[in-house]
Amino acid sequence: MSDGQRVGIVLVSHSAAVASSVAELAVGLAGGGATAPVAPAGGTADGGLGTSAELLAAAAAAVDRGAGVAVLADLGSAVLTVKALLAEGDELPPGTRLVDAPFVEGAVAAVVTASAGADLDAVEAAAREAYTYRKE
Amino acid sequence: MLDADFFRRWMTAAAAAVDREAERLTALDSPIGDADHGSNLQRGFAAVVAALEKEAPATPGAVLQLAGRQLISTVGGASGPLYGTLLRRTGKTLGTDAAEVGEERLREALRAGVAAVATLGGAAPGDKTMLDALVPAVDALGESFAAAADAAERGAEATTPLRARKGRASYLGERSVGHRDPGATSAALLVAALAEAADV
Repeated sequence: MSDGQRVGIVLVSHSAAVASSVAELAVGLAGGGATAPVAPAGGTADGGLGTSAELLAAAAAAVDRGAGVAVLADLGSAVLTVKALLAEGDELPPGTRLVDAPFVEGAVAAVVTASAGADLDAVEAAAREAYTYRKE
Repeated sequence: MLDADFFRRWMTAAAAAVDREAERLTALDSPIGDADHGSNLQRGFAAVVAALEKEAPATPGAVLQLAGRQLISTVGGASGPLYGTLLRRTGKTLGTDAAEVGEERLREALRAGVAAVATLGGAAPGDKTMLDALVPAVDALGESFAAAADAAERGAEATTPLRARKGRASYLGERSVGHRDPGATSAALLVAALAEAADV
């Protein structure tokens, strides 16, 4: 990473509470010191359950430091909205990527890795790897 | 030839149909979904009509791209990015330069739009989704707009015995059998609105 900027993380959920709580959890587990920029984009613009393209675009813009933005999403329409906006081409900052990862575990891995100064590829790899953490 | 007015009429007719059928769409979405399909699409198509009035795009491709953009932004459920992608990819395929397009060109563009929906959702015909109405509709469009509307309606009806393999209803497995798919039903409304726009 040449410019010293951190990768931004956006957490997209159907629920505003889920998105903000997972963001809080991930930042908390990333430990002391400066963490990577993290923004939740949960629920619809009027506070209901669903996905808001506006909230998502605003969150991505807010965490973009020029090193790329990793987006994690929870279910159906959240994933589809991210994909549709990425296909649009100009809605999200350059270097924005949907990361295929479990929402909570992937968010923690992504924020910890990004906070350590890793680049977007490494952040994505860490989040994806969270799929392999077994619980039995 | 089909001009920007034709495509505005299509979107206005779709908004009216979604308004008229909102309760039915939400009722279909209650047993196998989250009971918001009707209200989500009402909000989305109302935003489409408002944006078309405000920005008055001049070409068929521009009308559909603006409409698709509005649906992605405002619907809130999975149908937003899916219908938004359908209209936007169709509009992009038409391009924004041509003031009029022929029916054959529209059919090709819609085929590209439907293919983009299938890619985005990872679904295929038979998965109990909007594709079960859209794919036969595009196939029948070579015959006439009315034939496309009939094919979409038959396709939507035929989703009832299917087991859902995509979307929220797929979590229900066998319990999704016996329920008509709300997405295929709204897709049939969209195609019926296209036939309505042509029938002026």
